[in-house]
Amino acid sequence: MRSIIDILDLSTEELDSLIAVALDIIDHPRKYAHMCDGLKLATLFFEPSTRTRMSFEAAMYELGGHVISMASAASSSAAKGESVADTVKVISCYADIIAIRHPKEGAALVAANNASIPVINGGDGGHCHPTQTLADLLTIHREKGKLGGLTIGVCGDLKFGRTVHSLINAMSRYEGNRFVLISPEELKVPDYVVDEALERKGIPYRETTDLDAAMPELDILYMTRIQRERFFNEEEYLRLKDSYILTADRMKNAGDDMIVMHPLPRVNEISVAVDDDPRACYFKQVLNGKYMRMALMLMLLQEAGKLEGVGTNGSRTVTL
Amino acid sequence: MNVDPIRNGIVIDHITAGKGAQIYSLLGLDSLDVSVALIRNVASKRLGRKDIIKIDAEIPVDFDVIGYVDPGATVNIIRNGKTAEKKTMRLPEILTDVIKCKNPRCITTTEQELKHVFRLADADKMEYRCIYCETRAE
Repeated sequence: MRSIIDILDLSTEELDSLIAVALDIIDHPRKYAHMCDGLKLATLFFEPSTRTRMSFEAAMYELGGHVISMASAASSSAAKGESVADTVKVISCYADIIAIRHPKEGAALVAANNASIPVINGGDGGHCHPTQTLADLLTIHREKGKLGGLTIGVCGDLKFGRTVHSLINAMSRYEGNRFVLISPEELKVPDYVVDEALERKGIPYRETTDLDAAMPELDILYMTRIQRERFFNEEEYLRLKDSYILTADRMKNAGDDMIVMHPLPRVNEISVAVDDDPRACYFKQVLNGKYMRMALMLMLLQEAGKLEGVGTNGSRTVTL
Repeated sequence: MNVDPIRNGIVIDHITAGKGAQIYSLLGLDSLDVSVALIRNVASKRLGRKDIIKIDAEIPVDFDVIGYVDPGATVNIIRNGKTAEKKTMRLPEILTDVIKCKNPRCITTTEQELKHVFRLADADKMEYRCIYCETRAE
């Protein structure tokens, strides 16, 4: 059973197909409105989430399907000590596809190894968040018209920022991209991401602590939040939390066509004043995320044979 | 120093000097009820010094453990006093329950029944990573 745990589980050809389907959904939403009639998405969120869970749910509703979910981890059997493996074995009996978020790294892989239906990783600790990256890729494609030949600055918490790890992995596969990794020393990108995504492939990158100096060379500035929930030490969090704040004044250093992205939620790392700047794309990412989750669920459900022979008009085959 | 030859059993030879005790421990040889000899710092033409382990029974051995600790070691299966099989070790692609993930954020810290599985990420650097959280093995 195919599941998506890491963005690298998808080939660049499959990413292109998902983008193409998402663009078709944007242009022809009615065509997709009943593709998942009678199918159920289970959202298992063991960690607080608003936008990712609601995005998955909205995506399934817009495909005509249904959503079942647990109210919170505190009210679930996980609170009684049930393992992730057992939980997904049970949920596999109720639903057709699972979206899971869990604070522990690797939990989504454990779920995928034990479920009998497709599993989508909606974020596992600081490890991976592939559907956020799908949102990012569609946003970059729509805003820049390409996925290669770009200088991508990622800024903030690059150590625990799972969206950053997935984005670097994904964008390092497109030709001509280079990276500027902007973070405090304590929150640099982990060695394994640098080694496997950049060093071994000979992708140009540099690490810096200076956001202002990097701004003029960037095509994309990807801001991230310093995440309190990833720190074991509150003092360390308080010391680092305001390391980078993007203001309207700072945006003057950027090129006219640089876009600003952020996986949201933000705290104070992007001033509200920047929202009115036409280069700010973070709310577009939210919308794009829903379309890409629709495309991804269609792909996995089709591969699982769930879209065959169920539709009333035989129109449930998606061209991927 | 001499240790009698064994008639039926296993000889783990060409162990890099100093690594014999680690292999002895990871293979759980201390809990066997057969004769086991760990010979350290034996003179070797090829290695200068080497360790040797002799087990006086043909027990199941996890070759992945030996390959992980010392890929240059060799394993000889002795039957009726003769070498029946000679195996050269190599770094295993997957290591299961040999080393533990030390990342406190890894799912293996809370789900106790999970096996600790590492994949070979870089053979040149002999680098293993947890399949769940990607943390490098120490």
